[in-house]
Amino acid sequence: MSILKTILTTAATASVLMAGAAQAEPMRIALVAKALGIGFFEAANKGAEEAAAELGDVEIIYTGPTDTTAEGQIEVLNALIAQRVDAIAVSANDTDALVPTLKRAMDRGITVISWDSGVAPEGRQMHLNPSSAPLIGNMIIKLAADQLPEGGDVAVLSATTTSTNQNTWIEEMNKVAGDYPNVNVVATVYGDDLADKSYREAQGLMQSHPDLKAIIAPTSVGIVAAAQAVTDAGKIGDVNVTGLGLPSEMAGHVKSGASESFAIWNPIDLGYSATMIAHHLASGEAEAEAGATIPIGRMGEVTLDENNEAAMADPFVYDASNIDEFSSVF
Amino acid sequence: MNALKSREAILALAILALLAAIASRFPAFVAPANLVRVLNDTSPLILLAMGQMIVIMTKCIDLSIAANLALCGMIAALMNGAGVPLPLILVAVIAIGGALGAVNGLLVWKLGIPSIVVTLGTMTIFRGSIFLLTGGAWINAHQMSEGFKALPRAMLLGLPVMTWIMLALVAAIGLMMTRTPLGRAFLAVGGNPHAAVYAGISVGRTQFAAFVLAGALAGLVGYLWVARYAVAYVDIAGGFELDVVAACVIGGIAIAGGAGTVAGAVMGALFLGIVKNALPVVGISPFWQMAISGAAILAAIAFNASRRTPGRIILKPSEVTP
Repeated sequence: MSILKTILTTAATASVLMAGAAQAEPMRIALVAKALGIGFFEAANKGAEEAAAELGDVEIIYTGPTDTTAEGQIEVLNALIAQRVDAIAVSANDTDALVPTLKRAMDRGITVISWDSGVAPEGRQMHLNPSSAPLIGNMIIKLAADQLPEGGDVAVLSATTTSTNQNTWIEEMNKVAGDYPNVNVVATVYGDDLADKSYREAQGLMQSHPDLKAIIAPTSVGIVAAAQAVTDAGKIGDVNVTGLGLPSEMAGHVKSGASESFAIWNPIDLGYSATMIAHHLASGEAEAEAGATIPIGRMGEVTLDENNEAAMADPFVYDASNIDEFSSVF
Repeated sequence: MNALKSREAILALAILALLAAIASRFPAFVAPANLVRVLNDTSPLILLAMGQMIVIMTKCIDLSIAANLALCGMIAALMNGAGVPLPLILVAVIAIGGALGAVNGLLVWKLGIPSIVVTLGTMTIFRGSIFLLTGGAWINAHQMSEGFKALPRAMLLGLPVMTWIMLALVAAIGLMMTRTPLGRAFLAVGGNPHAAVYAGISVGRTQFAAFVLAGALAGLVGYLWVARYAVAYVDIAGGFELDVVAACVIGGIAIAGGAGTVAGAVMGALFLGIVKNALPVVGISPFWQMAISGAAILAAIAFNASRRTPGRIILKPSEVTP
């Protein structure tokens, strides 16, 4: 713990010193992707550029390895340290493997944060999660409720009975279910993240609950399979499929009307927020410590928890109005 | 022969009992329209069980059958994306599936490697190939043409085309098994390889033929699967090879080879298909579903094993009928 403190203090002091020098030339923030050529990260870069334009004196260096390996990322990070960038915001290919390199970066006074996919606490000053379990749990039931002004029966199609993420989200969803009194969660079934089993479970839901109005699938395999099952059953318009999915995978089902809307993080917002945070930390305007609040421009602000982690925002909602824009992105 | 016949009769009774039990909890399940849906849903399993049955009869096993399906399905989706007409895609996936099966068959035949090892290896290779083809990307509903997705769903005389394809192939394989030299060779090779050699049947060549047939069937099902679920990615039909083997074993196909019937394999697959389709609607906790599926398989197999006649004796000169 004391080592961490020393590093943090060193980094903070250094970044204050650097901030003085940075007045003369633009602050250079490196946005490190898991790999180049992935739509999700290209979109994050778009957001980072947007933040840079807003901040004015910031230059974004968007980089990453050619494949999603920790080794490739370490090489890229070493190059960035040699270039003496002011801040590094990395989406890690490995939680632990990057730690020694990132520690070295912090020793040299470089601000280091992770976003999307985190680094172990000793290898970064803070981590930005795209969202949080309570926000996701609330969002998935809200998506169903928004299409059901009269209320009605909804069911959850999850991944496996042991999927930690899905179980946490469903648990959080059930906690806030009382806020949507007209929406009645009648069943939770498990498609095991297999297209055929998910499809069958969705068919079963429609059979055993003839009044079913929506299927909430917080898994990308399940949501696609459920949308196909609803289409094949001729129940488009009767049963709305929603949950968490990827725009590229859901585009067809949103257009057919099987899914009115669904949610997932917005990579543009994520790149934007990571850049904002990196800038505030590197310029010394904010400190990365538990309980600290860091402003993130148009996205509001984030508050760091005891692990120096923060959640950006609600998952972003995709529907017929924006699906085309994002289906080519990720 | 009588024992075999009665085993299938008992399996048919078990299926009826199962349907009755489900109907008592969820009557709509046995509505004709729903039974057609279940039959259609089980068609891929039945088709693969046909292929696996032939392979198992020759004392081999094909664990790569689901990976072959996934690879051929992905190839079908990619060809569709490239604008290849559907009939050509069908011919191509059957040929590619057969070729992948031939790889298994050649390794078993020419190098004499046990089939479980060969197919365990090719299973991983086939799945890996899908990743190499696509870089892990999915092919989704909106990236497939309407005609490509419509074929298995199209209705013909009250049944979906996928079901008709299954019925036609089951009939063809049934004929082949009972009426052609190749069909009899599959049984002979598994029943007694040494005797088969003396009868002029090449054991390796027959096993090779079994793998090619199973591969071609997997290739065809690959297209049907991808078109039906309107999605193709690396992990489709993950673990499905075990369902296929289970269907065969429940259907009374002797895992040591040489015994079994088409009707048995079809009913074994139907039994599993009904269980899979019924569990979501009878309101059993999902935490129990896997245990129930497993118990049903074990019960069926234990029952089959207890009814298995002791090893067949070909020459029994001293037997005296009382």
